[in-house]
Amino acid sequence: MSGPRDRIHSVVVIVPARNEAERIGAVLDGIRRAAPGARVAVIDDGSDDDTGAVARAHGAQVLRHPFNLGYGAALQTGYHWALRQRFTRLVQLDADGQHDPASIPSLLAALDAGAQLVLGSRYLDPATTPRTTLARRIGSRFFAFVVSRWTGTRITDPTSGYQAMDRRVVERLALDDFPEDFPDSDVLIALAREGVRLAEVQVRMRERLGGVSMHRGGRIAYYAYKMLLTLSLLPVRRSSPFRAGRELARAGAD
Amino acid sequence: MLSFGPILQELQGPTLPKLVDGLPGHQKTVAIVLSIAMFLVVVELVRKRKLREEYSLVWMLTAFALLVLAIQHRLLNVVRDLVGAVEPTSALFFGALVFLMLLSLQFSVRLSKLTFRNRTLSQRVALLEDEIDSLRADKGATDRTTSEPRDGDAGAA
Repeated sequence: MSGPRDRIHSVVVIVPARNEAERIGAVLDGIRRAAPGARVAVIDDGSDDDTGAVARAHGAQVLRHPFNLGYGAALQTGYHWALRQRFTRLVQLDADGQHDPASIPSLLAALDAGAQLVLGSRYLDPATTPRTTLARRIGSRFFAFVVSRWTGTRITDPTSGYQAMDRRVVERLALDDFPEDFPDSDVLIALAREGVRLAEVQVRMRERLGGVSMHRGGRIAYYAYKMLLTLSLLPVRRSSPFRAGRELARAGAD
Repeated sequence: MLSFGPILQELQGPTLPKLVDGLPGHQKTVAIVLSIAMFLVVVELVRKRKLREEYSLVWMLTAFALLVLAIQHRLLNVVRDLVGAVEPTSALFFGALVFLMLLSLQFSVRLSKLTFRNRTLSQRVALLEDEIDSLRADKGATDRTTSEPRDGDAGAA
């Protein structure tokens, strides 16, 4: 049933990480088990601890930001790195252990079934829905509704950072308008508007092994504000005036 | 005896304030001194190369506007009527506020640009370091096997 080995070889996995030295080892081992032969890069987003050294010890390639740039920027560095490799499919997951690498094959299967961007959802199966605060639940439901309506695909977990995508989507996300803080609902809608086929699969999410969530406190309020602004500007917004990412994407595509 | 004066006045509402013409002498002096000081500080900062010429422009304009309005009270009266102020001093403050707001906005735009450039640079540094590492690793590997250097196939396709 498992795909041929050359298909596994064509998979790259990127793992943005910041101060996850205690948790990233287990995550990388899990990736190795779920996708043997895949090239794995950890993007160390200016960690203060040994995240980079631990990742290297567990066989990953490490790209280090000189200082903290944000989750989205780390993902994008991963996209740029990936575009310099031979690959057909890219998987991204978080380093804190919430995303169980065992779900990688089901994400890849959804890509093979014709989707170009696959989201790993926590909420597709109500039985496994994790407990969160009321504010987050309301926000989450709201953005799930907006994204589902706008993209025409039922999306239950638009903020999920557990994703798989094909090369064309990576090339698109390598461009300069990729947000450095919260790349989720707005990116999904922008992609859907450009004709990218989305899909969602249920993934196993574990309780955080430690560390702190990105979405908390005042950040949630800012998140809501930012999403509403970017979403309402989406149809009329100009593309980024910068061309750095476009050049990188093109250089990688050659 | 009842006096209707105060009651009538109350019914009429507060008397319209008399429009003040120009700046009172003392305030005028302060405004002029302030604008000249501002001008000198900006020139000095540019001389010491602590302030870029492009950023000095808005500051110079602010100082100049302050000076002109302080001296030309007729112009200040126009501004006063334009913004609906009573005191020319308020008009002057209002003008200064608008300038400062424009300045802050300009800074926010610059900051956005700098933030983006900073991010792109850092991302490139990370990618280049990775490339250097893999080139070094490749070189180490070939040095161990042969003494001949391989001809530049180390980069990824």
